Amino acid sequence: MKEWGMQLSLRRNSSNWTSDCLPCPVVCHVKLRYHWRWQLKESSQLPGLPEYVKVVEVGPRDGLQNEKVIVPTDIKIEFINQLSQTGLSVIEVTSFVSSRWVPQMADHTEVMKGIHQYPGVRYPVLTPNLQGFHRAVAAGATEISVFGAASESFSKKNINCSIEESMEKFEEVVKSARHMNIPARGYVSCVLGCPYEGSITPQKVTEVSKRLYSMGCYEISLGDTIGVGTPGSMRRMLESVMKEIPPSVLAVHCHDTYGQALANILTALQGVDLYKVMEAGNFICKAVNKTTNSKVAQASFNA
Amino acid sequence: MADHTEVLKGIQKFPGINYPVLTPNFKGYQAAVAAGAKEVSVFGAASELFTRKNINCSMDESIQRFSQVLQAARAASIPVRGYVSCVLGCPYEGKISPAKVAEVSKKMYAMGCYEISLGDTIGVGTPGLMKEMLSAVMHEVPVSALAVHCHDTYGQALANTLMALQMGVSVVDSSVAGLGGCPYAQGASGNLATEDLVYMLAGLGIHTGVNLQKLLEAGTFICQVLNRKTGSKVAQATCKL
Repeated sequence: MKEWGMQLSLRRNSSNWTSDCLPCPVVCHVKLRYHWRWQLKESSQLPGLPEYVKVVEVGPRDGLQNEKVIVPTDIKIEFINQLSQTGLSVIEVTSFVSSRWVPQMADHTEVMKGIHQYPGVRYPVLTPNLQGFHRAVAAGATEISVFGAASESFSKKNINCSIEESMEKFEEVVKSARHMNIPARGYVSCVLGCPYEGSITPQKVTEVSKRLYSMGCYEISLGDTIGVGTPGSMRRMLESVMKEIPPSVLAVHCHDTYGQALANILTALQGVDLYKVMEAGNFICKAVNKTTNSKVAQASFNA
Repeated sequence: MADHTEVLKGIQKFPGINYPVLTPNFKGYQAAVAAGAKEVSVFGAASELFTRKNINCSMDESIQRFSQVLQAARAASIPVRGYVSCVLGCPYEGKISPAKVAEVSKKMYAMGCYEISLGDTIGVGTPGLMKEMLSAVMHEVPVSALAVHCHDTYGQALANTLMALQMGVSVVDSSVAGLGGCPYAQGASGNLATEDLVYMLAGLGIHTGVNLQKLLEAGTFICQVLNRKTGSKVAQATCKL
């Protein structure tokens, strides 16, 4: 994990941010105004945790997909360009899905072509089928993702086909991608629960994950799609999946619907410039006229 | 809290439930007892500056004030809970050493507090810091006498609480609907939401005896009165499983 140094300096009556200020608490009293910056030093490592965590930023796709306001293309491009400068190494750009189903992603080609692709950053896109894959490649995509589910009902409602049928489609996509040396990431939805079926067995998650891995996906992202999981169910699911798939190939994608995401991620786990990530977050929130859901961002001082 | 006496006298006291009240000094303690309090709490801090700013005296002076309360409470067989603030960071001093937290906790426990609630007052802690702090405190106070009180200012409360549970702590403070903000971070959230905590514990198979549905109703009620949105994600969630 990246270590940050701890600093504390007091400045009286200061209301100006310097460009290198990090978010910090502000104490307001009637007479005095203290303004300081600090970074927390994680001086002790927790045993069993990885040295480095790859943060895959899905805001521009999974995030915006669920926003009611349709964000203009140039704003999406600017948002992604800002994220590219934060130190994030993977930013999921868009989804080459039919605009009938996901209107927010209708401008997938323009966004893909419009973003500045920074060196050292990867820009995967979702491609639900061969048609989407070809469009993605034509638009300049050099990494793709396919989206399966551990629930039969969810698969039918979400992508209009059974798990088996979806795997056949993905196999076509992943085969074509491999042929062109394009890495493919596999997502598995509903790994800790399904809005239609309720609880999902770890065995089912393992079966679907294994299928995606053996068809050639370089990484499997396990998604708690409706955020119902808790650390115990996360552990049980991962223990099952790790019997078939090496941990280095696994990722977790936790939704915070019930406030459990960070606790679930901590269980799954046993740099990035935060300030720049917050700037990008602030930018997109203004564009969609929403308050941020990030507590760190909420706790920061707004100059 | 100006109506403390009326509230304490007015509530229905259900059997099997404790209703502690904060008593910062002897005067407050006497007023609490007169109003029917059967359990009190005293509020210390692991930071000298925070103590001065928050309760206008030094740490030593605050301990003296509490010892008056504790003596009187003991004589009246009234249990006293001790809070320690700023255990993972202070808005004035910055980093707080685990040794300092252990020292203050030990003093309060030795004075007669039956339980010590360790508060990450400004929510800056992360699981590693929580573990480090608890390891130090547990050398001086038995884990069965410890509680954690995590603020969610930086979204870390549940992860920090989980870490504490894994260390053996089995008492957790939280606030329905995540009520409370942070006077040190404008616009930030406050306490860990009880609904979110209970949801996690239930998922882990840990018994709490709390009825989540009734808790959600209480949260809705108070948010309506306060005209504010709940701070609980469980309450916000519309997806039912």
